[in-house]
Amino acid sequence: MSGIELLNWARGPGLQIAGAVFVIGVIVRLAAILLLGRKTDLSRPREGAMWPGLRTVLTRSIPDAGTFRRSPLVFIAGYVFHLGFLLTLLFYAPHILLLKSVTGLEWPGLPVSLIDVLAVLSITALVALFINRLIDPVRRHLSRCGDWLALLVTVLPLVTGYLALNRMLLPYTDMLAWHILSVELLLVVFPFSKLMHTFSFVLARWYNGAIAGRKGVQV
Amino acid sequence: MADNETLGEQLRRQGISRRSFLKFCAATTSLMALPPTMVSAVAAALEKARRPSVIWLSFQECTGCTESLTRSHSPTLESLIFGAISLDYHHTLQACAGHFAEHLRTEVIDKHPGEYLVLVDGSIPTRDDGVYSTIAGMTNVQILEETAAQAAAVIAVGTCAAFGGLPHADPNPTGAVPVSDIITDKPIINVSGCPPIPTVITGVLAHYLTFGGIPELDELGRPLMFYGDSIHDRCYRRPFYDKGLFAKTFDDAGARDGWCLYELGCKGPTTHNACATVKWNEGTSFPIESGHPCLGCSEPDFWDAGSFYNPLSAPIGDSSDWAAPAIAAGAAAGAALGLYGRRHKADAEARREPLTARDLEDKS
Repeated sequence: MSGIELLNWARGPGLQIAGAVFVIGVIVRLAAILLLGRKTDLSRPREGAMWPGLRTVLTRSIPDAGTFRRSPLVFIAGYVFHLGFLLTLLFYAPHILLLKSVTGLEWPGLPVSLIDVLAVLSITALVALFINRLIDPVRRHLSRCGDWLALLVTVLPLVTGYLALNRMLLPYTDMLAWHILSVELLLVVFPFSKLMHTFSFVLARWYNGAIAGRKGVQV
Repeated sequence: MADNETLGEQLRRQGISRRSFLKFCAATTSLMALPPTMVSAVAAALEKARRPSVIWLSFQECTGCTESLTRSHSPTLESLIFGAISLDYHHTLQACAGHFAEHLRTEVIDKHPGEYLVLVDGSIPTRDDGVYSTIAGMTNVQILEETAAQAAAVIAVGTCAAFGGLPHADPNPTGAVPVSDIITDKPIINVSGCPPIPTVITGVLAHYLTFGGIPELDELGRPLMFYGDSIHDRCYRRPFYDKGLFAKTFDDAGARDGWCLYELGCKGPTTHNACATVKWNEGTSFPIESGHPCLGCSEPDFWDAGSFYNPLSAPIGDSSDWAAPAIAAGAAAGAALGLYGRRHKADAEARREPLTARDLEDKS
């Protein structure tokens, strides 16, 4: 199979299969969480539940000083990776066109040179997090296959995208095909791994904040 | 028919000056990505080259490749170079017809075994024993196999011959295949494009005449000297791509200012051809320069790669075809799983046996 044939498969049937698995998987996981329900709390909430819940969704994104001092690398690399990844995903012109073809929405993109830098920063941050997880005995013992897999499937689209953008290692057509295939791997793994935190973090944080709000705990 | 006259002798007979000939050699040398020091070697080799016989086979094609070639810069040295080969069989250009034409083809095979070139345009139908295209009672497969058996090399001209092209596009009702699926024991040069650039066809022939062999090819069998770079990498609009400046429609301000046509479906980044450097119509322009995105016509299966006007990064096919059923399936499966979870929870609660401190004391 030549590079262009691989690319056509990745852009066609491959994307349809991966997209369907992703959509079905995410809806099933979210539905399973939401439909399970919670026991009715008959006590009168002290501070309400909704607002403390929503506030917690935002406040948990800001590192508190103690945690930051204990593990600065995880915070810095975590932020650099997440911001870099999201900006690369959402503001690189070809990505916007892909999302436009699916959602109908479009927005202005960033210059290629900036995307290039963001991709390098994101990859560097992920590598730092990988090494940290590898050499820190506590983190290493806590890590399971799913943790390593999540790192791998996240870094692959970044690396292949960077190599394609800069015409490195393989011809552009081949590298673009591998980039799209790596994204498809990410889409397939996503709903069944810890990557679901992309959606579930909102539910988890809201629930924590809501419980605290009911009990009158300041969050 | 081929004779013993060398190319140099023929050009002099036709009144082509030495200066014009060397100019052509310099252009050809440059086209073949050879260093300038090779100009004299190319000139010497071309001057001594003898006219090889060429059989041009037309199968499932639209004659666009021939049209492209015959309208090339006529009358220039390029077309004379093409005249300098002995084109013994060509449906569109030959004067004779019927059995006499077929006789010429077999005569070349018999008289110049191992020396003649076979140029093919069009794909070859294989379904139902190849009945979808026959010439003089023979299927295209039979003609190709018979003609290529004694050929020095085969040149597949155009995307249909090189990769199957339009006839090969889904659902491929005739079982169309490229030359390389039928001929596996001969060197094949794929000169793809729909149609290929005339100068590229003559350039490949000039290379054959100069060096007596096939040029260095890429993984798809195309001469690297013409197909080594992508349109995108050689495109004069590339700086706009790098800056993120894209024309949104064919007549907006960006389009008028020459911004990148990526969003209008340009396949330049994945298309390898010499359009951006050699250009068309005596070097006048190429599609992107005329304001139209590259279709990717020199790549395999470009007809099956979705709309020509869909961006390269957009999926092939309509996302709603799979997204809506996937959402419905996800909602149904999620609802089923949610109900199962609720029932499981209710069962667990029903079976729950509360354990009090007193129970523990009693047990101890």
